[in-house]
Amino acid sequence: MGRAALTLAVISSFAAAAPEVVRYPGGPPETATLAPGPNVETAQLQCGMCHSVDYITTQPRNFADPRVVWTAEVAKMRKAYGAPLTDEDAAKVVDYLVATYGHPSP
Amino acid sequence: MRTTRRLIVQGAAALGLAGPAAAAETVVMAFGNGERPLVSYPQKRALIRLTARPPQLETPFSVFDQGVITPNDAFFVRYHLAGNAPPLKNDPEAFRLVVKGLVERPLSLSLAELKAMPPVELVAINECSGNGRGFFEPRVPGGQAGNGLMGNARWRGVPLKLVLDKAGVQAGAVEVRFDGMDAPLLTTTPDFAKSLPIDHARDGEVMLAYEMNGADLPALNGYPLRLVVPGYYGTYWVKHLNEITVLDKPLDNFWMATAYRVPDNDCHCVPGGAPAGKTVPIGRLDVRSFITNLNDGEKVAAGRPILVRGIAFDGGSGVGEVKLSVDDGKTWTGTELGPDLGRYSFRAWSARVQLSPGSCRLKVQAVSRSGETQPLEPRWNPAGYMRNVVETVTVEAA
Repeated sequence: MGRAALTLAVISSFAAAAPEVVRYPGGPPETATLAPGPNVETAQLQCGMCHSVDYITTQPRNFADPRVVWTAEVAKMRKAYGAPLTDEDAAKVVDYLVATYGHPSP
Repeated sequence: MRTTRRLIVQGAAALGLAGPAAAAETVVMAFGNGERPLVSYPQKRALIRLTARPPQLETPFSVFDQGVITPNDAFFVRYHLAGNAPPLKNDPEAFRLVVKGLVERPLSLSLAELKAMPPVELVAINECSGNGRGFFEPRVPGGQAGNGLMGNARWRGVPLKLVLDKAGVQAGAVEVRFDGMDAPLLTTTPDFAKSLPIDHARDGEVMLAYEMNGADLPALNGYPLRLVVPGYYGTYWVKHLNEITVLDKPLDNFWMATAYRVPDNDCHCVPGGAPAGKTVPIGRLDVRSFITNLNDGEKVAAGRPILVRGIAFDGGSGVGEVKLSVDDGKTWTGTELGPDLGRYSFRAWSARVQLSPGSCRLKVQAVSRSGETQPLEPRWNPAGYMRNVVETVTVEAA
């Protein structure tokens, strides 16, 4: 019963153009950003399309097997939540997440 | 517990110095990667931000020491989807609750029509299924929350049964589906909707609530109408509720069939790191208790009585007793229970204890009237749901 979804084109340009947005009237700005690394642009675009990236940055750094966890998370986003990632982009996002957030901070 | 203490202290200090409008104040939860900003939203005091879009906000644990009713401006916030901003209270006249599906008379009810029906009031806890997920070991993915994704309020509204009776449920009804105004961004993302078995929906206690602690629901807590499912985890308490559908078969969407499920066994748990195996939809709240007035690492007086107090609750049988240990669980003593606001409410408890000098591990354990109690070692499941281990606070007596 929700409002009509935006078109993908609008979403993509929105996500790419506006790293800091207020999604809630009167609320604080969205401040979380992804750490630099290979494929960060792909991760920012594909993950940040539907949710703020604090969904990623607040996750534990000490998962027993980070690649297993992040592979499952990206698969869930595609299969359960309908995220429109290509296989190639999904692999890039998993690699980025494991390399950047898959281990304890130095 | 340890986490929340530290964060309270830090949060209070930060606010005292800079005031609630300052943007960069942070708190640190007692688990890895636990730094969080404190942020202010309309109708809300500064709360702990888990995520910004959609907003997910945690109640600072110190709030639970200030009374068994959680103030509206401190009540936690949890959304799944960010396709639209949570509806603001700018157009109550336009709101309609639609009742459809397997009914004799489909309905479209205004807020005024709902408020003209005989109201009921009930004090009930809304606790997120993943409350305390950040403490799970081994760690699990998901919202990394401390113990502040819970709150207790006095809800006022219409029994769902009245509305269903008004619509006339037809023979063959199996479940009732609840959908709110929040929506996904992509058409490929499943809209958030939940269901209850028809008998549960008609039990007379499930409520369509339009007031919370004597005021309109805050926008971030579901204005103008939300489902209240006493004794059940918050996933069923659909916010911004505007569509009720009586179904002739169980709802088979992502939110019922895949998400919010727990291992199908008595403890709803598996060994740490193991797969969930066969699952069932999450249901009633586990029994829990907390010490609220002492922080981990706090210095207290030795050799004379000190007050220890907190809250306890369960999934609806009511709190039978709360036991306290000052020797790390070797021996336990009873506590005094506070006023009874009903079997779905937080129950205050308190005790006076005398501590010997040194480090002292205080533990609290509640027993429900139905005989359930809290485990001394944490249970584990892959989704990080239903945490209810006996909590420990370590103080230094001198």
